[in-house]
Amino acid sequence: MKNMKSFIKSAVIKPVLGAILVAAGLGLAMSANASETAAEPKQGNWTFAGLFGTYDENQLQRGFQVFKEVCAGCHGAKLIAFRTLAEEGGPGYSEDQVKALAATFTIADPEAPDGERPGVPADRWPSPFTTQEAIDSFGIEPPDFSVLAKARSIHQPFPYWVFNYFTAYQEGGPDFIYSLLTSYEENPHGVEVPEGKYYYGYPGSALSMPPPLSDGLVDYEGDAPETVDQYAQDVAAFMMWMADPHMVERKATGFRVLIFLFLFAGFMYLVKRKLFSNVAH
Amino acid sequence: MSGNSTYTPSSGIEKWLDERLPIIRFSKEHLMDFPTPKNLNYWWTFGAILAFCLVVQIATGIVLAMHFTPNVDMAFDSVEHIRRDVNFGRIIQGTHAVGASMFFAAVYIHIFRGLYYGSYKAPREVLWILGVIILVLMMATAFMGYVLPWGQMSFWAATVITNIFAAIPIVGEPILQLLRGGFAVGNPTLNRFFSLHYLLPFVIAAVVALHIWALHVPGNNNPTGVSVKDDRDTLPFHPYFTMKDLFAIVVFLIPFAWFVFFAPDILGHPDNYIRANPLVTPAHIVPEWYFLPFYAILRAIDFNILFIDSKLGGVIFFAGSLLILFFVPWLDRSKVRSGSFRPLFRPFYWLFILNFFLLMYLGAQPAEGTYVLLAKISTAYYFIYFLVILPLLSWIERPAPLPASINEAVLAKSKSA
Repeated sequence: MKNMKSFIKSAVIKPVLGAILVAAGLGLAMSANASETAAEPKQGNWTFAGLFGTYDENQLQRGFQVFKEVCAGCHGAKLIAFRTLAEEGGPGYSEDQVKALAATFTIADPEAPDGERPGVPADRWPSPFTTQEAIDSFGIEPPDFSVLAKARSIHQPFPYWVFNYFTAYQEGGPDFIYSLLTSYEENPHGVEVPEGKYYYGYPGSALSMPPPLSDGLVDYEGDAPETVDQYAQDVAAFMMWMADPHMVERKATGFRVLIFLFLFAGFMYLVKRKLFSNVAH
Repeated sequence: MSGNSTYTPSSGIEKWLDERLPIIRFSKEHLMDFPTPKNLNYWWTFGAILAFCLVVQIATGIVLAMHFTPNVDMAFDSVEHIRRDVNFGRIIQGTHAVGASMFFAAVYIHIFRGLYYGSYKAPREVLWILGVIILVLMMATAFMGYVLPWGQMSFWAATVITNIFAAIPIVGEPILQLLRGGFAVGNPTLNRFFSLHYLLPFVIAAVVALHIWALHVPGNNNPTGVSVKDDRDTLPFHPYFTMKDLFAIVVFLIPFAWFVFFAPDILGHPDNYIRANPLVTPAHIVPEWYFLPFYAILRAIDFNILFIDSKLGGVIFFAGSLLILFFVPWLDRSKVRSGSFRPLFRPFYWLFILNFFLLMYLGAQPAEGTYVLLAKISTAYYFIYFLVILPLLSWIERPAPLPASINEAVLAKSKSA
């Protein structure tokens, strides 16, 4: 019986254990080689990325200008109330500016005498079309911008995405938007683009959206360059703000919470150590 | 282990109450005087951490339910409303969403601790079984909660997971329709999931009460696996372990807060920020990370086994991967509880843990190429560990000598240190 046991131990268990480990290692090595060959996304130099990131007011204002003058012709942002534009941590418009902006929009309101009225800061950004109108004219509904920056992300291979957990980098959405807007190709090499579609090198697909940006399209007040690259970064930043308008406040609270927790943990550790100091454990 | 209390009612009111409902006596016995092995390490704090997680989920969930609208046209916007407009809404919603992940992280550590130290062995089989029931209830609750924001992943996860039941012969189709409230996932599904998502946490709380009751009959296991022999082995639960557990909870809150305040979306999938659309299927339907190992097992069975087609086979293995946990106390026959004294057990145990993470990785990959083969090997090891290795080990392994008592082990440790 004892011989049998040691036989199993040496002749069965150890080789089996070894074989499993080797197989697992081989498999991992093979899967690491099986990576895809897609266009590399660009990563923007975001002021709001990471632990200490906050939005750049000027960039948000420029991004808002691009959104209003270019994107908003087709895309809505129905979760964004005008008043949000005056909130802290955002583009930093004054309440009067927001009131004036809202008043330039006509809001459908069944309770108003004519069924519509001028907008007020509490109204949400009106969509340019109804879903049906959009489908009739474009064949597809242009996606709403409210949370779009969070609904997209770039693919990062292992182990790079792991680092994001420690740097709190959550800017895959703006990276995606920036990469897409700057990757339009008129005559892509070796790609069949269907009639009425437009090819974007990143993410490498034909979309219904014609290239929306061109150099000099939007007049900036300051001295920021009026290039597609700059427009794309600015509007991507603004879209991230739309998706996460309270990020700055959230991080500020986070610092207070973490400091409190570290102190509390320190004190609790001392309590625990004192308690256990006179018992062997 | 009752009757450890030295409680004597000190006032007239306490005496009166003690004769009618001895709740103070009960609390003193079970929350304060309860004898607890003095050598518990920090892996033992996860029980208290999990109780804390359940309270956090219920408390935040009750507030969220006040602002959430379970309707297919409004659910998505109502979650955004909570994050944008409700006072403290973004913190409460973030805590609830991140809380689910933290809950599962803690429960997996708690289970792995039990598997290493043999906490499922006699006389703690019922305690272990109740724990497995809690795990299954948690999975059901988390799954239904994930459906509520009604994003693309919510909708398609609901579709894929409810579809699992359709593979069951004869009763599968009726169960599928009952779960969905119709032929496809829609408004009735969202409504019943909301209702059940509110109900199940209280069922979990009830089973947790039984779990703690079953714990308080034999008392805690401990890192040596040697049973408590006398008073020298134990310390009263309060203040020793109340304070140690509280310390551990505060430490646990640090990564928790990190995610809530600095990376609230990193644990989720971007596609869930797209409104549910039954006409558009996402490129990869991926469950939350804590379901990935079991999802990998479900997908690994892509071949027919005799008269069982691959779909039913996948469901059998998926269900089996959870059901098998119920039988662990009888599969591992080794008399020695703690893995610390089982030299042959340890490599297989760590391989099991590694394999669990490999399954998690594979669950997130597309089902193609080498991933499929790896998932099969990985799934095989998951089952072989329980069905072959544990029974075999208890037969051939020669464990290291055990300490005579917890106290002796502690003294030997402090002498060598």
